Amino acid sequence: MKILRCPLNGPRNISEFACFGEVVEMPEPAETGDDAWADHVWNDNNTAGVVREWWCHLPSSTWFIAERDTVTDKILRSYPASEVYGERRDFKAGNPST
Amino acid sequence: MTAQPNRLPPPFGLLIDRDRRVSFTFEGRRYEGFEGDSIASALAAGGQWVLSRSFKYHRPRGIMSLAGHDANALVQLPGEPNVPADLAPISEGLTVRAQNVSGSLRFDRDAWVGAFARFLPVGFYYRAFYRPVGAWQRFWEPVFRRKAGLGAVDPAARPADFDKAYGFCDVAVVGGGPAGLSAALAAASQGAEVCLIEQAPLLGGALTYARLDLQGHAAAEARRALLGELAAASGITAMTSALCNGWFADNYLPVLRGNRMIKLRAEELVLATGEIEQPAIFRNNDLPGVMLGSAAQRLIRLYGVRPGARAVVLAGNPDGYGVALDLLDAGAEVVAVVDPRPAGDASRLAAAVAAKGVKVLTGRMIAEARPGRGGRRVAGVRLAELSPEAAGRPAERFDCDLVCVSAGALPAYHLALQAGARLAAEGAEERLRITGLPERVRLAGGVAGAHALDEAITQGWNAGWAAAGGDDTAAAQPHVQVRDDRSGLDVAAPCPLPTAPLGKDFVDFDEDLQVADLVNAVAEGYDEIELVKRFSTVGMGPSQGRHAALNTARIVARATGRDLAAVGVTTARPPVMPERLGLLAGRGFEPDRLTPMHHRHLEAGAQMMTAGLWWRPAYYGPESERQACIEAEVRAVREAAGLIDVSTLGGLEVRGPDAAEFVERLYTFGYRKQAVGRCRYLLMANEAGSIIDDGVACRFAEDHFYLTATTGGVDRVYRTMLWWNAQWRLEVDVANVTAAYAGVNLAGPRSRDLLAGLVEGIDLSPRGFPYMGLREGYVAGIPARVLRVGFVGELGYEIHVPASYGQALWDRLLAAGGDAGPRPFGVEAQRVLRLEKGHLIVGQDSDAMTTPEEAQLAWAVAGKKAFFVGQRSLALRARHPSKRRLVGFALPPDAPLPQESQLVVRDGEMVGFVTSVVRSPTLGQTIGLAYTAADAAEPGAGITIRLTDGGLVRGQVVTLPFYDPKNQRQEG
Repeated sequence: MKILRCPLNGPRNISEFACFGEVVEMPEPAETGDDAWADHVWNDNNTAGVVREWWCHLPSSTWFIAERDTVTDKILRSYPASEVYGERRDFKAGNPST
Repeated sequence: MTAQPNRLPPPFGLLIDRDRRVSFTFEGRRYEGFEGDSIASALAAGGQWVLSRSFKYHRPRGIMSLAGHDANALVQLPGEPNVPADLAPISEGLTVRAQNVSGSLRFDRDAWVGAFARFLPVGFYYRAFYRPVGAWQRFWEPVFRRKAGLGAVDPAARPADFDKAYGFCDVAVVGGGPAGLSAALAAASQGAEVCLIEQAPLLGGALTYARLDLQGHAAAEARRALLGELAAASGITAMTSALCNGWFADNYLPVLRGNRMIKLRAEELVLATGEIEQPAIFRNNDLPGVMLGSAAQRLIRLYGVRPGARAVVLAGNPDGYGVALDLLDAGAEVVAVVDPRPAGDASRLAAAVAAKGVKVLTGRMIAEARPGRGGRRVAGVRLAELSPEAAGRPAERFDCDLVCVSAGALPAYHLALQAGARLAAEGAEERLRITGLPERVRLAGGVAGAHALDEAITQGWNAGWAAAGGDDTAAAQPHVQVRDDRSGLDVAAPCPLPTAPLGKDFVDFDEDLQVADLVNAVAEGYDEIELVKRFSTVGMGPSQGRHAALNTARIVARATGRDLAAVGVTTARPPVMPERLGLLAGRGFEPDRLTPMHHRHLEAGAQMMTAGLWWRPAYYGPESERQACIEAEVRAVREAAGLIDVSTLGGLEVRGPDAAEFVERLYTFGYRKQAVGRCRYLLMANEAGSIIDDGVACRFAEDHFYLTATTGGVDRVYRTMLWWNAQWRLEVDVANVTAAYAGVNLAGPRSRDLLAGLVEGIDLSPRGFPYMGLREGYVAGIPARVLRVGFVGELGYEIHVPASYGQALWDRLLAAGGDAGPRPFGVEAQRVLRLEKGHLIVGQDSDAMTTPEEAQLAWAVAGKKAFFVGQRSLALRARHPSKRRLVGFALPPDAPLPQESQLVVRDGEMVGFVTSVVRSPTLGQTIGLAYTAADAAEPGAGITIRLTDGGLVRGQVVTLPFYDPKNQRQEG
């Protein structure tokens, strides 16, 4: 069983975690056309190589980001999400027409 | 006293205690051995050499490896099949039976199968028995299952206790031979915490049985010295009779010891698993009496048992000469040593064998072993010349009752390969080496190709030193005097294969596969090693290819004209050895969640059901009266009052300046303007706009919401909230308080009256506490949050109190009103009640694509909001209108009751499916929710449901809710 380092709880068995897929910035909904939005919602990059992924330590509900090489399944680094998301995010109103 | 004719005097017999006699039976006959004997060694001491019959041809089989590596030695114990007789100890009164025997082990009724072997070619069962259709399942398979197989499961066996332990160490060393001991010592000298794992009951590995020198003392001396250092070292936990049965990511090692599985996590791993001696291939190489050289040495040194009286030794390497010397020491006659190498052996051991007058024949190979009368033991061998010049000479023959084979070795590769390494050959050479190890895994000793003792000890030391983080400048090695007279060791070079298949020349003893079977598999076109394996089943037996992998690869290489390097070997997967299912099962660690009122439900005779991890009352009363109980509970709620435990309902506290903004972003409805002291419906969508949860939002303050979520969904909802806010960074705190609160729903026309005598600080009047109102106060003296919501469609109050008060609240509410108090109702009645009101259950009435519009919940989607999760996708999906709607339907009273998931059809095409259906006791008709075509979803439209038997039921789409359409009862 693999070990993953949770920034809050330290190294734990991977069975205590859930992966939520690649870290992808949500595009501004009011400025994104239907095709680009559908692509965002439904398609994954499925990168072969180093990706940033969302992981959650389930017993403590701690979300964080881990960098993992999807080819070797080696976890290179894990850190709090605030390293990437440091600022408050607000959204514009409205929907594009297409 | 039972005779032990083959028992040798001390000092032979390292493992046995001659003062403790143990008697047991095998195939109904009584045998005696000593404490410390394995079943196989005690039987050998008593002259019983046949242990089993083979899988396919029912040939007699005996000791081959004496290391638990082969299927020959599998026997049946009471309550446990497939026990390796060469590992399992004897115990007083033990009853042992042979496996795969028709009739008796001595006279097997099915031994005739061997005579028909050429009509049962490799893969025969794939082709021969499939016509007519069904013949395989109905006739042939049961025949083969009876004829072929291993032990029998005893359904009456007493269950045993198994458990698990968890271990941690800096360095784990697998294998307690010279390399492993030295690795453990080196790692411990660096201050590491070390776990040393040895499968045998004794530490020392090959030092406990092998012969290194002329006198035969060097191995024991080296072992004594290493164990002396071990005793003086600190930080080493040595486990004997412990099997490391697999490698999992980041050195997670299942270590099996008795009935316990230790899940060991090691920072660093040193594999010192040694070598697996390989069988040689010649005709009748499976006869009892033909065994590996190391098996004979184990019998002599570990158990003090003479493996035979007249031996022929096949010596493809210096170890074979050590075996010959051991046999002479044990009082056996060595008729001949056969060495396939034209120049023979240059070691001091070989010279010593010749000096003792033993006939050494070089440049020859054993071509055939001859069975004695009854075929139950080898009686002689025929040799063949290997050089073409000598081919014309008459074949030499010798009589013997023992053939010892030292034909090369394969690294004990299983754990290394599971860790990601490969077995590779270089160029045209016929030996395999382990390459490509992952980080934090090291090899030492025989598994790394180090056969000489000094080399093994040095490798072990270096591996242990490096594993413990020692720097490269080598430190002192253990003070072990090493003598090894096996100079010029080339043990890994295998003996030559026969030039042509001779029949009964077994490659895989588990599966009775002969050379021709593999040659034929290649001829059939299965020329890749993984295909050969699947077609022929080679390597699929209990020994997992230990003795077959190398020879199979060599045979396939020769048959396809390729190098061994190009052919390779098949993948190795856990487990290393067959393991008992009890070790895997053990105890379960899935928790049960009980509400604070759980025991009251049991006392009231509730039938409990699971909801996720929770236990909830399904209904109250005996199972035989299920339907009547549910209907009575429904009637009580509709006509008087009922009480249901809703403690399992999810509860989430949202606090902070951005609380309203946060709830607004996560749920589809508007919450910014929700008044303090009011409840509001919650509907959650995912990013694709599909419904994923619902509940009620209670606003206690401008900056404080209490949200309910579904029992099964709350953990996911909570996680989703935290995930979004990890990105949004709103000023809000979210806490999952599900288990902190107990909850009940008091529902029914009498609920206000019943509650009236119990509340303090809450005005219960319709004006003072209206529908969808929210109050804080006291109920029966207990601090409570009271919600006026109407899931079941009657006047009702949901009361949430701190969990520790849950049972007290339950008791007080049931006691209210005396004999006319509320009746407890369960989940089944609640399902009927909510369906009569047309409320959907997320996950039952919705699927992964259900939008609010499809579910007729468009009213719960705010039109003017800057943003909510799913909003953009719903706008997109609105441009591609959905073809289905969730509707209420009613069926005539005499119609058969459809089941959930049955199809809604129109003109023979599926247009939807039933999600919920009940016979409503209140309305006296069958009602339900179903998806149907969007253009046939208006009330009054027909709906057709296809039953499992193909029959059609016709009904009507009706307006929701079915019951009390104007909601006067819940809002009154």
